[in-house]
Amino acid sequence: MATTADHFQAHPEDHGHHHDAEHKPAFFARWFMSTNHKDIGTMYLIFAIIAGIVGGAFSGMMRVELNEPGIQYLDTFARWFGAVNPDFNTTLHTWNVLITAHGLIMVFFMVMPAIIGGFGNWFVPIMIGAPDMAFPRMNNISFWLTVAGFCSLLCSAFVPGGTGNGAGTGWTVYAPLSTSGSPGPAVDFGIFALHLAGAGSIMGAINFITTIFNMRAPGMTIHKMPLFVWSVLVTAFLLLLSLPVLAAAITMLLTDRNFGTTFFDASGGGDPVLYQHLFWFFGHPEVYIMILPGFGIISQIISTFSKKPVFGYLGMAYAMVAIGVVGFIVWAHHMYATGLSVNTKMYFTAATMVIAVPTGVKIFSWIATMWGGSVEFKSPMVWAMGFIFLFTVGGVTGVYLANGGIDDVVHDTYFVVAHFHYVLSLGAVTALFAGFYYWFPKMSGRMHSEFLSHVHFWIFFVGVNMIFFPMHFLGLQGMPRRYPDYAEAYTHWNHIATVGYMVMAASLVVWFINIAYAYIAGKKAEDNYWGEGATTLEWTLTSPPPFHQFETLPVIGETVHH
Amino acid sequence: MAAPRSNRKVALTAASAALAMLGLGFASVPLYRIFCQVTGYGGTTQRADEAKAATVQDSGHTISIRFDANVERDMPWQFKPLQRTDTVSIGARDMALFWAKNDSDKTVTGTASFNVEPEQAARYFNKIQCFCFTEQTLKPGEEVRMPVLYYVDPAILTDPDNKDVQQITLSYTFHVTRVEDAKALDHPRAGS
Repeated sequence: MATTADHFQAHPEDHGHHHDAEHKPAFFARWFMSTNHKDIGTMYLIFAIIAGIVGGAFSGMMRVELNEPGIQYLDTFARWFGAVNPDFNTTLHTWNVLITAHGLIMVFFMVMPAIIGGFGNWFVPIMIGAPDMAFPRMNNISFWLTVAGFCSLLCSAFVPGGTGNGAGTGWTVYAPLSTSGSPGPAVDFGIFALHLAGAGSIMGAINFITTIFNMRAPGMTIHKMPLFVWSVLVTAFLLLLSLPVLAAAITMLLTDRNFGTTFFDASGGGDPVLYQHLFWFFGHPEVYIMILPGFGIISQIISTFSKKPVFGYLGMAYAMVAIGVVGFIVWAHHMYATGLSVNTKMYFTAATMVIAVPTGVKIFSWIATMWGGSVEFKSPMVWAMGFIFLFTVGGVTGVYLANGGIDDVVHDTYFVVAHFHYVLSLGAVTALFAGFYYWFPKMSGRMHSEFLSHVHFWIFFVGVNMIFFPMHFLGLQGMPRRYPDYAEAYTHWNHIATVGYMVMAASLVVWFINIAYAYIAGKKAEDNYWGEGATTLEWTLTSPPPFHQFETLPVIGETVHH
Repeated sequence: MAAPRSNRKVALTAASAALAMLGLGFASVPLYRIFCQVTGYGGTTQRADEAKAATVQDSGHTISIRFDANVERDMPWQFKPLQRTDTVSIGARDMALFWAKNDSDKTVTGTASFNVEPEQAARYFNKIQCFCFTEQTLKPGEEVRMPVLYYVDPAILTDPDNKDVQQITLSYTFHVTRVEDAKALDHPRAGS
């Protein structure tokens, strides 16, 4: 969108010296010892799909239990995790294991690997005209550390975690529940999973920063980079500065649990609230880590299908920088209920609401990009417009929740669940699907079915809104989060949400059929199958791109289409 | 294949930023403690020495102080305040007495953690002497009366955050620090 490669053709058949661009190692060496950014990106995407199915299955187990009041299925689920004749407390503990696993898997092993590891690895080097990432072998380590972390988390579900098998601490792992409240190795496995995935992500962040700073093709200045590259750059900085704080916090949890320290234990002079500060100092940037690359993807798509450069390119880039910077100084809005003073709440309320300004810049710039454009409703564009709508709904409830006074009322209710699923589950995941349909033919070389993609979108859109919109009502009526049971008055909207889950799940079937269709009967994808609006460097390559691209660096011309 | 020098430089800079944040994560523990002590955050009371206490003037206004005492789950002591409430003159020093008895047949050393509610009053609640400043050791069956010497800083009268505060609750919790024979405790620690 930002630039064109005016003097560049990358078709291997056109150039004799490209004859070894397609030389691929044998299967084991190619996939298990991979140093190729596209192969690693593909592995991240496949891994994220698998983790997403597991995390999604956990949410299905929760929705089926919440379909009606009372405890119906938890007992069976407890047995799946290895409990023999579980008593009532063990059964209820299984609920905590489900919410914990769902949160951790979706955050660390689905959204982050897909949006940063998958699309970031695939397209950041190509979009800046680089042959690969700066540290290809470190890229490989990042991926396998993430996989190891996922295995560690899965292990935790089958070992004792206090009241029953599995870590039942919530994704926040608050002390003292995670320390004195959860004896047994399950929470240790969970902490280890976060250490591994965190180390992988930090290495990935270093790799992206180095690649984007040092490996841009001649003429690709910082202010000509596509917005997706900008979004990954900002995200990499957030990862680099926030994840080590989480690592410190969970290391202290680990020593509190196993080595008798009292960082978060009042009996030894510690304070559990300190853990919450450290966690949310990481946790708030983390939510921007999940959504910023999505912003980048949406910018590419809106510009492509409006056949216009994005409106306000520099404003869009620096809005992401502003969101990243301010994101570090608003963490205590997650902690309004911990006894903050009125002045502290006032500061965090105001600082949080300030983030709505750069976010608004982005939303309005996307709309302004479409305004007067020659808009084409291809599948990625439909998903991108769905993103703008759903993310805005979540953004509006975010401004509402930012108020310390209102939060006192709706804290830890389903209103909060509705809010963060609108921005993450509906926002980030919709951006992932938008990116998937935008780039799938480029990655695979096969066209998906536009019809099935639209069907997928509409069923998904109806389904997720059915799940999460009623949660606003439930929350305002006072239904608390994190419980497997509820008062009968909440039955109606919970039932609707469970039906919505099934609708959403059906849309995923359409998605899988679409992928199968592409591989079995899909047309071969052209180099630039989206036409004139697609102007970034990946569209100058074949679909799929050669195994090694840009052996001759592209030169970015002066023609800038901001 | 060695990475080009400039790549290494960027990567090392980024890695040191990550290490610095890791260090900051651990440094937050002492920093948070200092922050609480200075600002009274989380209901942390202030500590005043004799010299400072001597400069404080009696304001003539009174405030009610409520005393609360309890023990951690596995602490084999009885622990009570000897007065439930006290009305004191703001700025004047006052003494409160607490009583503890070791019910076990082992010598137990304990440390008291402390807190005041409402939390915004904590920065005006000054202790001159307190049994919570040091560890307390009680032999089997031993009883002890423990004093707290404190005053409420008259600056509380001009703080808008405290203008509706009629009563301050001072609460202590005794935790086990050491037991002569750890195995003798009836109630094992919840976490171990």
